[in-house]
Amino acid sequence: MSTEAVNNHNAHAHGHEHEHHDASDMKVFGFWVYLMTDCILFATIFATFAVLANSYAGGPTGAEIFELPFVLTETMILLVSSFTFGLASIAGHHGKKSSVLGWLFVTFLLGLSFIIMEIYEFHHLIAEGFGPHNSAFLSAFFTLVGTHGLHVTCGLIWLVVMMVQIKKNGLDTNNNTRMMNLSLFWHFLDIIWIFVFTVVYLLGVL
Amino acid sequence: MAHNEHTSHGGASHGTVKSYIVGFVLSVILTVIPFWMVMSGSFSKSVTAISIFVLAFIQLFVHLVYFLHMNRSSEQQWNVMAFVYTVIMVAILVIGSLWIMLNLNYNMMMG
Repeated sequence: MSTEAVNNHNAHAHGHEHEHHDASDMKVFGFWVYLMTDCILFATIFATFAVLANSYAGGPTGAEIFELPFVLTETMILLVSSFTFGLASIAGHHGKKSSVLGWLFVTFLLGLSFIIMEIYEFHHLIAEGFGPHNSAFLSAFFTLVGTHGLHVTCGLIWLVVMMVQIKKNGLDTNNNTRMMNLSLFWHFLDIIWIFVFTVVYLLGVL
Repeated sequence: MAHNEHTSHGGASHGTVKSYIVGFVLSVILTVIPFWMVMSGSFSKSVTAISIFVLAFIQLFVHLVYFLHMNRSSEQQWNVMAFVYTVIMVAILVIGSLWIMLNLNYNMMMG
């Protein structure tokens, strides 16, 4: 009798779990759709850059201002941060709270280094007199790379919020859903960066 | 193994440490080759340009499969459908813009 009651209770709890699961799936799918619209945003900026890439207006060309070893370092940092985020989500599936927090923190530090390098590059260019007002090429460059940087900055803020939420509430259903969304967002930014370094830096220097 | 490859119903399936390592190593290789090609300058411009684009698209798929865990399972079909639609929109936007603007440039250059 009592076993049956327990079983019933379990079945009920399981049903509940399933509902949660479906709601969380819808949230992740909704976030995916948002990322797709973000793709369109980046596509318009990429198209603008591609059209204006040779409009130097007497200013510097890409080959004159880009330093590829610096960009390669940035790229590697972002790639490693994507990997460490992967380790954080795996730890999350195994319910290891402290290792999730650890990997998220490592991801945050890597993302922060990326942004600091980007700010240094922008500052360096503007200090040399190659600000966005110099040519259509430079305007398009600052817009494209800056928009990506802004996204990474938002990702960094989200990472901090995520760490606080996990620290406070543990790995509950809500936090797991948030982790999935943040993971999609972070990997998505790395994908956009593949095209930034290919189209802007490599093609610019070529 | 079966547990590790558990797929959730809709959103995204989970990866394993191994799949992340494979994705990471492939991405490093696919990043280093184009940088090396451009920095060494040992290939002609057109060969380098085409190669770096091909490598970028291969890396895109590596990320989609190993980091975003996209696959052809029925749970993922809405994600994939939204993605395919987006790819079409992006192609129209980018190719269309370049086509129109380069044509305009060409036709405006009256000597």
